[in-house]
Amino acid sequence: MSVSRRDLLKKTLVGSAAAALPLDAFKFLSPEQAKAALAESPHRWGFLVDTTKCVGCGFCVKACKKENDVPYDEPITRTWVERYVITNDGEALVDSPHGGRDGFTEKKVMEHDVDPESIAKAFFVPKLCNQCKSPACVQVCPVGATYQTPDGVVLIDRSWCIGCGYCVMACPYGVRFFHPVHKVAEKCTFCYHRISKGLKTACVDNCSFGARQLCDLKDHNDPYTKVIMTQRVAVLKDEYGTKPQVFYIGLDKEVR
Amino acid sequence: MKTHVLRPLILAIVLVSCHLLFRHFYVPDDFGVNGKNFTFGFYRAGSIDDWKAIPVKYKGKELCAECHEEQYESNMASKHSIIQCENCHGPAMDHAETEEPLTIDKSRGLCLRCHAALPYPGSQRSELPAIDPEEHNVGMECAECHNPHKPSLEDM
Amino acid sequence: MTEQLVVHGLEWTEKLHFVYPNEFIYWSIQIVMYPYMTGLVAGAFVLSSLYHVFGQKDLKDIAKFSLVFSLALLPVAMMPLQFHLQQPIRGIHVMMTPHFTSAIAAFGIVFSTYAIIVLTEIWFVYRQYFVEQTLALKGVKGAGFRRLIYNILTLGAYDLSEEAIAADKKGVKIFAAIGIPVACFLHGYAGFIFGSVKANALWMSPLMPVIFIMSAVVSGIALCMLTYIIIMEGKKLAASLKKGKSDESVKVIAGVEMDVIKKTSRYLIGFLIAAITLELLDMIFRGYTQMKSWDILREVMWEEDFTKIFIMQYGLGNLLPFLLLMIGKPGIKRTGIALALILFGVFMMRWNVVIGGQAFSLSFHGFMHYHMPIIPHNLETYKEGLFGALTVGATPFILFYIINKFVPSLKTSN
Repeated sequence: MSVSRRDLLKKTLVGSAAAALPLDAFKFLSPEQAKAALAESPHRWGFLVDTTKCVGCGFCVKACKKENDVPYDEPITRTWVERYVITNDGEALVDSPHGGRDGFTEKKVMEHDVDPESIAKAFFVPKLCNQCKSPACVQVCPVGATYQTPDGVVLIDRSWCIGCGYCVMACPYGVRFFHPVHKVAEKCTFCYHRISKGLKTACVDNCSFGARQLCDLKDHNDPYTKVIMTQRVAVLKDEYGTKPQVFYIGLDKEVR
Repeated sequence: MKTHVLRPLILAIVLVSCHLLFRHFYVPDDFGVNGKNFTFGFYRAGSIDDWKAIPVKYKGKELCAECHEEQYESNMASKHSIIQCENCHGPAMDHAETEEPLTIDKSRGLCLRCHAALPYPGSQRSELPAIDPEEHNVGMECAECHNPHKPSLEDM
Repeated sequence: MTEQLVVHGLEWTEKLHFVYPNEFIYWSIQIVMYPYMTGLVAGAFVLSSLYHVFGQKDLKDIAKFSLVFSLALLPVAMMPLQFHLQQPIRGIHVMMTPHFTSAIAAFGIVFSTYAIIVLTEIWFVYRQYFVEQTLALKGVKGAGFRRLIYNILTLGAYDLSEEAIAADKKGVKIFAAIGIPVACFLHGYAGFIFGSVKANALWMSPLMPVIFIMSAVVSGIALCMLTYIIIMEGKKLAASLKKGKSDESVKVIAGVEMDVIKKTSRYLIGFLIAAITLELLDMIFRGYTQMKSWDILREVMWEEDFTKIFIMQYGLGNLLPFLLLMIGKPGIKRTGIALALILFGVFMMRWNVVIGGQAFSLSFHGFMHYHMPIIPHNLETYKEGLFGALTVGATPFILFYIINKFVPSLKTSN
């Protein structure tokens, strides 16, 4: 009896091992899966930032942090607003206190007094994840914990991320950080839980001036897709070849 | 040929087999190339649903209008119509169901986000009505004089 | 007790001028330790292979030692990564779902392949010894456990015929040969991890993997030599205490030691020159081509990190030991100092690459400074602080002590 049971166990083990081996060894390259993956999504989410409209109120940052449970008082944020003050002699003063969460209410830039007479131009630039077409962060993830969804948003699998930080290093835009609660990489998701329900992102909804707009780049009737198609827009750091999908109006050479 | 030299190889094969067997049971079934290619689309398909399942917190002005019609109407007639209720009242979350009161931010700092004067040529900021916070009624809350829903003093 | 929120990097990062809000020194001391330790592994292995493959007879004595030492270093190449991960338990995911477009994904495969090669080579080198020990310890009282270990280590292959021993020797040669490219790959790809990060102006360079391999071999050889010196000095001291300073055995040990060191340092100097040449080439090229990032890189090199790069790395870590080894006839003491300086220099090189690469903001507007946590006050400041690094640094020596109990590697041939 005991012998036959051991035999049975042995056979089951060997059998399942044999069954598991050949399939599993190449699981990640299975052609069926690759084919299924080609099923196209009707959307390709993009974003339009009009820096000429931004007043630096920072309500977008506040809304983002609350909507997405990013610890409010910690110095990390999915989106932020930068202030650029360019003086007459070409010097650029830049700051983003608390990522612009409480807006810009001080005339001082980084503790420096700025003489109003010496300001040649000044403006605000909202930043967020560029949801790149060729995301460097995804390419370098060693475990497949960050990925691009079929509708073009780069997400992180919080249950699979090992927290190595390679994606954080690989992003040229500095949008990634470690979530202090989940202890995994974290970044802007274009409020995936909102846009997948037909809503706009929290930052777009809470911008009073229309400086931020979500758009569907596959929908040529989308008013903001039209702007991107018909007007002169720029992207950040295109030299890295990441093909950002957040487009800007009114960028300046000092904005990096 | 002495066959004993193959023993480390056999050991290695056994170890690799154990690893692959463990992997078979450990890795979720929906893990694989689910996106456009291996480089950008190698992930656990269920992860997308995890993200979709997150509850929405900011519900938008139209939801507020359903119950607070009066405030909504007066606000929509003013210059502050472009501001979301939740910017000051905080995210609605499930307020519509539970009627749990929201914490309103009436602080001076909140108004200063837009109305602290910044002398910025070429920026929309300098076109907003603005005050110098160090001179304009220091120490007072803006709401003592201005109605946040329709802030112009002439309208009051 | 509510859990304290820890923003990774906040503790040890100091920001100067404008830096993006999310930028911190995310890769800290453990990521400095990681290429340093893998470098030592690779270097130690290459040194042993010089004898086994290329028949450099002058390296015979140090070859066995460096092979076993590279085994002791092996688990330590993985340790810093485990210490660094925010989710250390999930570290196995690298083996579960490797995403091969990432340089780190190769780690699991390359590392295990390399481990198998080193273990196999050691098995071929020591199989005869294992069998002999198993036989010798048969029936010896109190040696049951020891015998069991040796018995397992033989893998059941007790054949000691001339033919079988010859097959072992052939096996050693084959695995030492396969091992060289794999060791270089193991370390070269550690360089690739950095060199391929296009977002980082300092790291991105196709020379990075080659520079890493060269400096790896340098540090590996230097560490093997230094450990060898320390062990031989210990033996010498023991012999002179036992038999008196002028005893013949003391002189024999000293003679063997000097001989090995003199021969090995020739290889060391060769690799050192190659490493420095490549590093300087990289720097000159950046200065000459003056790409967008050069302004900020120059500020980091010449102002923010000048002491660390030019004084500590190139001056103390490269130039000084080079002179010490080249001028006149260096004795054991002087060689020992030079070796320690070289090890320090390679460490500083890793530091200046890893930490230096994060010393400036991606916005090119500001800088970040790293303050290594000394006294730990939570798990994070231990893991990514001085004591975490010391733990990693001490482990190979403890492991070597244990391994050497079963696989003696310090017996000199006559």
